[in-house]
Amino acid sequence: MTKLLKAIAGTMLASLLVTSAVLAADFKPVLLYDIGGKFDKSFNEAARNGAEAFKAKYGIPYRDFEPSSETQYEQALKRFARRKADLIVAVGVGYSVAVRNVARKYPNMRFTVIDAIVDLPNVQSITFKENEGSFLVGMIAAMKSKSDKLGFIGGMDIPLIRRFEAGYRQGAMYVRDNLEFVENYVGTTPTAWNDPIKASEMARSQYARGVDIIFSAAGPSGLGVIQAAKDNGKLAIGVDSNQNHVAPGYVLTSMLKRVDLAVLQAMQEAKDGTWKPGHRVMTLKDGGVDYAMDDHNAGLIDDAMKAKLEAARAKIISGEIIVGDIKGSNAGH
Amino acid sequence: MAFTAQKMPWWADGILLPILNLCAAFVVSGLVVLAMGESPIEVLSLLIEGAFGFEEGISYTFYYATNFIFTGLAVSLAFHAGHFNIGGEGQAMIGGLGLTFAVFLVGDFSPVVSVLAAIVGSALFGAAWAYIPAYLQAKRGSHIVITTIMFNFIASALLAYFLVGPLQRPGGQMPESADFPEAASLMGIHELLAGIGINFEEGPMNVSLLIALVCAVGVWFLLWRTRFGYELRVVGQNPEAARFGGISVSKMTIMAMMISGALAGLMGLNELLGDQHRLVGGFTQGYGFVGIAVAFMGRNHPIGIVIASLLFGALYQGGSEIGFEISTITNDVIVMVQGLVILFAGAMPYLFKGMLAKIFALSRRNAVGEGETK
Repeated sequence: MTKLLKAIAGTMLASLLVTSAVLAADFKPVLLYDIGGKFDKSFNEAARNGAEAFKAKYGIPYRDFEPSSETQYEQALKRFARRKADLIVAVGVGYSVAVRNVARKYPNMRFTVIDAIVDLPNVQSITFKENEGSFLVGMIAAMKSKSDKLGFIGGMDIPLIRRFEAGYRQGAMYVRDNLEFVENYVGTTPTAWNDPIKASEMARSQYARGVDIIFSAAGPSGLGVIQAAKDNGKLAIGVDSNQNHVAPGYVLTSMLKRVDLAVLQAMQEAKDGTWKPGHRVMTLKDGGVDYAMDDHNAGLIDDAMKAKLEAARAKIISGEIIVGDIKGSNAGH
Repeated sequence: MAFTAQKMPWWADGILLPILNLCAAFVVSGLVVLAMGESPIEVLSLLIEGAFGFEEGISYTFYYATNFIFTGLAVSLAFHAGHFNIGGEGQAMIGGLGLTFAVFLVGDFSPVVSVLAAIVGSALFGAAWAYIPAYLQAKRGSHIVITTIMFNFIASALLAYFLVGPLQRPGGQMPESADFPEAASLMGIHELLAGIGINFEEGPMNVSLLIALVCAVGVWFLLWRTRFGYELRVVGQNPEAARFGGISVSKMTIMAMMISGALAGLMGLNELLGDQHRLVGGFTQGYGFVGIAVAFMGRNHPIGIVIASLLFGALYQGGSEIGFEISTITNDVIVMVQGLVILFAGAMPYLFKGMLAKIFALSRRNAVGEGETK
């Protein structure tokens, strides 16, 4: 009899624990970065800022991890899945297969993956319309360029990054069509995100060829491009986070990809119980992508330019301008 | 009365010295951790706890150790023939490529055939990749250290070419292949243990650990119990004497390097067939280079290599566990700790030897002195 009572009390206690797990105090979010490190002033740092904003808003700490190689994606996911986190947010296209594998294995665990699409009932996939934001910075570059030569430096040569390039080109050509483009990619493996030296060499060579503005969509490697812009007295366009402050006066603007918003939203939803699996696209319309304006580049972009940009923004949102996409840039797994 | 190695008991040279080196590495890393404002004791206990504290951690430790056994054996075998094989990394990459070709060729026919094909494929490709530098050394005199280093770069480019080209996962963007056929998989040790009624938490440790241990025994047998091994060691210790004795130095160079390459190539069994089940770019992660430190720390003997591999496996697993727990200790700090261990144990293994020899000589003199007074 006492055994039975104990069992009942045990189950009650257990159910109490389960319900309290939903309460804010016990909510345990996890953030997994991509290769490049959390202080890359770009993609990963944007993700970190989102988690920090969540922490500041609700006072709920989060755990994070920086993988040092592709093979650690899965190890990190498994580890946190087993330790019963409430939500695992993995940022980066590299996580697609790893999240698929681990989400299948832990069907009760919730995953949010950014920049990849995983079609499973316990995975939320968030992607961005990078081409729309790149369209706007392409316009800025075309309006600002004196040499009529625009540069693009991509990190890893994958459809996702080709999409930045396509939007950038289309935006520039929308302003005027007497432009020449020079583009380079740092590499074909994930190490390409983390090679500022090589990116800087590429930028130097582009500047030497007469390019005066380079848009770099290369994560941490892009810092090399900004450094080269500063050294050569030319202009660069940052990516993901607002990088205008990295070299004030030399960073024309930054193509904001609001990974921070995506991370914050996912964590908030999971906390409030409104988290839903499926695919969500963050666009120019909902502020998912944008160009960055602040004190550091206020002198570089005048009101006439801004007026044109806002007109184009309205047209993109209304569907009057359709920004082209790249095939395969968001393949599901 | 020179303080030579012979004056020290074997355990001082083989066990005490490596432990002293390890402690020195930990003391230096502890100072860095202290400077960062974290407690070295806490970090060290997390490291040990992470590596051996729970079943899954143990599984990871042995999983990493398996890689190091393969690459450590590879380095030591070439070293016994007098050559420094810095190309373990590249040989492992190409071995992984061979493994991938083999398992896709066999398909879903039968697990046993798949695994056998994977072993043959990875060993053959690894050996072939080592053959070229070995041939250049033996016949053309190109220094093997230089050529094997360069071949690592070529291997990495070749792997990237296949992974963003013909072998890339359909619809994927990353340098990784499609999933291996179902049959191409190595059983986890936990499954094996469950078969005999022992409950062990699931982890990445797999049957390739046993294959690695078999390789260790095989290397020992080959080197110290066969004529071939004897010739190989003679070539390593004195090529002139070997030539005088009628041993073909160039043939032994090529043979030793090919076996070395095959051993490095087998590393893919653990990483790819045991855990990832697909070819991932950069799966070698520098294990080929760590193999050099493992071989040195293990004094180029299979038993030593297995023990050193376990140590490095624990460092890798415990290190990543620190990364999970303390966010101020970033990956770079863990790499630094591993680097210090490699520096003390691998690059300066005899740092404390003179001191230790003096102590032993002194204690022996005292012992003798006491004997005389009696």
